[in-house]
Amino acid sequence: MTKRKILGYRRENGRVGVRNHVVILPVDDISNAACEAVANNIKGTMALPHAYGRLQFGEDLELFFRTMIGIGSNANVAAVVVIGIEAGWTQKIVDGIAKTGKPVKGFSIEGKGDIRTIADASYQAKEYVQWASELQRTECDLHELYISVKCGESDTTTGLSSCPTVGNVIDKHCAEGGTASFGETSELTGAEHIVAAKAIDDEVRKEFFAAFEDYTKLVFSQKKDDLSESQPTKGNIAGGLTTIEEKALGNVEKLGKRTKFVGCLAPAVAPTKQGLWFMDTSSAAAEAVTLWAASGAVIHLFPTGQGNVIGNPIEPVIKLSGNPKTVTTMQEHIDLDVSAILQGEMTIDQAGDALLEMIVRTANGRLTAAEALGHREFSMTKLYRSA
Amino acid sequence: MVHFLIHEAADNVGVAVVDLPAGMDCDGRNLTDNTALKARTEEAIPLGHKIALKDFAVGDSVTKYGCEIGRIVQPVKAGHHVHIHNLKTKRWA
Repeated sequence: MTKRKILGYRRENGRVGVRNHVVILPVDDISNAACEAVANNIKGTMALPHAYGRLQFGEDLELFFRTMIGIGSNANVAAVVVIGIEAGWTQKIVDGIAKTGKPVKGFSIEGKGDIRTIADASYQAKEYVQWASELQRTECDLHELYISVKCGESDTTTGLSSCPTVGNVIDKHCAEGGTASFGETSELTGAEHIVAAKAIDDEVRKEFFAAFEDYTKLVFSQKKDDLSESQPTKGNIAGGLTTIEEKALGNVEKLGKRTKFVGCLAPAVAPTKQGLWFMDTSSAAAEAVTLWAASGAVIHLFPTGQGNVIGNPIEPVIKLSGNPKTVTTMQEHIDLDVSAILQGEMTIDQAGDALLEMIVRTANGRLTAAEALGHREFSMTKLYRSA
Repeated sequence: MVHFLIHEAADNVGVAVVDLPAGMDCDGRNLTDNTALKARTEEAIPLGHKIALKDFAVGDSVTKYGCEIGRIVQPVKAGHHVHIHNLKTKRWA
């Protein structure tokens, strides 16, 4: 088979992106207003408001900086304007993003006020967006795309159809030399032995179990019951899923049949070589996809059963479903219908090829359902209370 | 038409892939090797929900994907609906 090609944006550091966003990035919650004003002034830019960035400390602060710098560094982003209340943390994020070689400039509000900051940042944003609008897509190999995978509002059809379809793509993508990542640490409970068996060596297996046991400890230290109010979710239960074990066993169908995972990543950390990676993430969709976007993933594959509607501002989220009701009742959210698998009218291999085709179309510029519907969930993972 | 699927030969519950009324003789298949299976519903099983393929007593394990997915907390007869009213997690308990 000849290598599949896509038309992507090759960035200054050689990474391939599939979108060309100019992002107005707030360092902190109180800079959201200025960023939204700039994005309103300069068409074609996008503000990414969020709730944090003040008085965080320790590991939580490290994750915060990693997430902000990672989002700005993602190959789907052409250029970045960073706005924060104070100069220090603003510059730290600018310096982190600048390592990619892409255009980035910071503005701070203290001593100047919102209005002058917005004016200065708007001039810069206008320059960036006009520059970015002239960048051309070029031919790249499909396997150059870093893909993340996570399901949501799962039901029993995800384990039968849409998750194994993603697994089929993972097998094909990684065999071609592609990079991919899965996570959802808490939702591996009951299938952790299957994940562990897919680790490439004992070292990686040990790292995976360390992350898994860490999460299990957190659950036991905070829980007030058997979590049956949260896991499975009410949507999962409506769809026929009864226990976390059952949910997890369907979830891990996304890992493929042949692929071994080559390493474990802390949240929002970029993979350092090709292959499949485990990332220690929450199982909440918007939080997890945000972490993958921050780790550099440029396309997300999202199997859903009952119909999760999530999107991400910079990483296109492709949704697929094998639930024959959902593909009708929530048709506007679904990019790929694989419900024919349930009646044996479509094989998992055929569904995998159809999903690869949808990845190519999305990479070439087709807007996903979530993009067309304006889903831009940007949710930071917060590890604990601020100082 | 396929009415229910199982993942592995060891599975003792099937998943309805269409809404199944009570008292229906159903055709099922094993996804792994395509073996044909039969079952009769004793109550309605909605699409995506599980049908017991054997009688379960309290404390029995339920197997799906060839793995344990929880323990039975209320007796279940073959053909009945297996869900949160009679099956609980073995984890986080």
